[in-house]
Amino acid sequence: MNTFPDPRTSRRFTVSSSATRWLGQTVEIGMVPVLVLVALYLPFAYFVIPESNALHLSLFGINLIGQIMCFALLALALDLVWGYAGILSLGHGIFFGIGGYLMAIYLLNGAYAETHVLPDFLQYMGASDFPAAWKIFSRLDVTILLTMVVTTLVAGVFGFVTFRSRINGVYLSIITQALTYALMLLLFINDVGFGGNNGMTGFTSLAGYKLAGVTTQIGLAVCSCLLLVAAYVGARYLARSSFGRALIAVRDDEARMRFLGYRTHTLKLFAWCLSAVLAALAGMLYVPQVGIVNPTIVSPELSVEIAVWVAIGGRGTLIGAIVGAIVVNGLKFWLTAQLPAVWPFILAGVTLVIVVYFSNGVWGSFKAAGSESKGGRQ
Amino acid sequence: MNQPVSPTAIYISGLSVRFSGFAAITNLSMEFRYGEIRAIIGPNGAGKTTLMDVITGKTRPAAGEVFLNKVTNLAALDETSIARLGIGRKFQKPSVFEALRVRENLELAIRNGRGYADMVRSRLGAQQHRRIDEVLETIGLENEGHRIAGTLSHGQKQWLEIGMLLVADPQVILLDEPVAGMTDHETARTAELIARLKSPERAVVVIEHDMDFVGEIADLVSVLHEGRLLGEGSMDSVRNDPRVIQVYLGR
Repeated sequence: MNTFPDPRTSRRFTVSSSATRWLGQTVEIGMVPVLVLVALYLPFAYFVIPESNALHLSLFGINLIGQIMCFALLALALDLVWGYAGILSLGHGIFFGIGGYLMAIYLLNGAYAETHVLPDFLQYMGASDFPAAWKIFSRLDVTILLTMVVTTLVAGVFGFVTFRSRINGVYLSIITQALTYALMLLLFINDVGFGGNNGMTGFTSLAGYKLAGVTTQIGLAVCSCLLLVAAYVGARYLARSSFGRALIAVRDDEARMRFLGYRTHTLKLFAWCLSAVLAALAGMLYVPQVGIVNPTIVSPELSVEIAVWVAIGGRGTLIGAIVGAIVVNGLKFWLTAQLPAVWPFILAGVTLVIVVYFSNGVWGSFKAAGSESKGGRQ
Repeated sequence: MNQPVSPTAIYISGLSVRFSGFAAITNLSMEFRYGEIRAIIGPNGAGKTTLMDVITGKTRPAAGEVFLNKVTNLAALDETSIARLGIGRKFQKPSVFEALRVRENLELAIRNGRGYADMVRSRLGAQQHRRIDEVLETIGLENEGHRIAGTLSHGQKQWLEIGMLLVADPQVILLDEPVAGMTDHETARTAELIARLKSPERAVVVIEHDMDFVGEIADLVSVLHEGRLLGEGSMDSVRNDPRVIQVYLGR
């Protein structure tokens, strides 16, 4: 961490580096209007632009964009804890899953109220009525609030125990990974009551709007874009504040921060809970767009993949996480359709190249070229 | 030396520290007083850094007492609480936050872990800004405030770290080998800087191997050997102590 000054990173101000820096700043701020424009473009592209035009978007395309925006939000959440506080979570799918499952319970509430038919898995379990505890989630605002509370509690308890016990680095990553796997196995069991490996589906409406309706689907995609923008603006404000710098300091030398009088576990816990809530909100928006939630949402594969998106885009940059998630998932949707057998190899190859040659990720390396130093990162 | 006896800052009595059977410090008793600069010397493994670890809460003693101002039992507190009481420490290797700017390092230090809401709003009082400017000048980095700390030279990083102690205005400053790896010129500047740390409200403790440097800055020298106090006194009396010569200086 603490190395003697490297001649390559000593001060140098060249035209190209200041131009890079200017471009970097512009893109980081420009991300906000671009995402807002995308949000505005979605309904326009469907309703106004004729189908023959290349700029027209199908409902399938819009739905895809909405899903990808949820993944970008998930990546942003991970970057906040990994890139800034140095906590590599390989279990952020847990929070994504909490949001997804609680949203699914809300949606099942709505479906039951309309059809009065119990979901299949509840019938198989021998239930005669909709579970009473689930009826708490019969209103959307209550569901959103409760999801945030539950996520904060789960993240808070886990974070409090691990951060106070000073469990760091790879040990923490392994624990989070194991927990996702355990949760997935738990959810696979039918008797746990969350639908087993079939999960929950058969949703009909969301806040009074027919889920199958065109406007609802486009609305969800637009919401995903806008929430991503809001989260990005908030995260960027936090990251550039003294608080963000304190997180960076914890990441680079936690022990030193304690000797400066900081309760580092409190700092980490705050970032951790905030990140968990963002991930849960992403899950809440994701599930109605895909129309189903099942245990694969908390599979270790997804949780590891989030870290891959962030690593490719560049951790500790926020924008890198968003770009990484959008590019990788965009490619994934396209290539798994074109060359399904080759996709895992492409992803693995790209990840290897990034890790070996651009350890700061795409955006991190770009920024490093424009700044006077890469700073004290290993 | 030390005629008007000033109050005790750190009081250590019967201190023993063990690492899985190995006795790093055995039955050590000493006092650091306000207004003095104390040097601790001794061969490698004498327990010098361990002593600082105990005072700052990094290591728990197996036996003995460590008190601040004779009232606060430091052995019962963690690093954070001890740091907030006003005991600052500089580590052996420079540990500044290299990814942050020089000024941002000092801002972290001046907050001392307090006021999370102000941290989110990045707010710092005018007085704190003035203090940071003062310290930047004291450590000779007044023109480097906006540089990334990782690009500073080795000596500058050491000074920045001393500056991080200074902004928090601690009662006790512990410096672990502040001039290791420095050029002669940098060492001379560091000696000046440490001399400026001296104040009637502050106790300064320095671990150092460089004897000329110790002679220049220290009021009183304590010699540790194998976890025990071998001798204490002025640099001259310590230099002429036959036991000290035998274990340390003579080699």
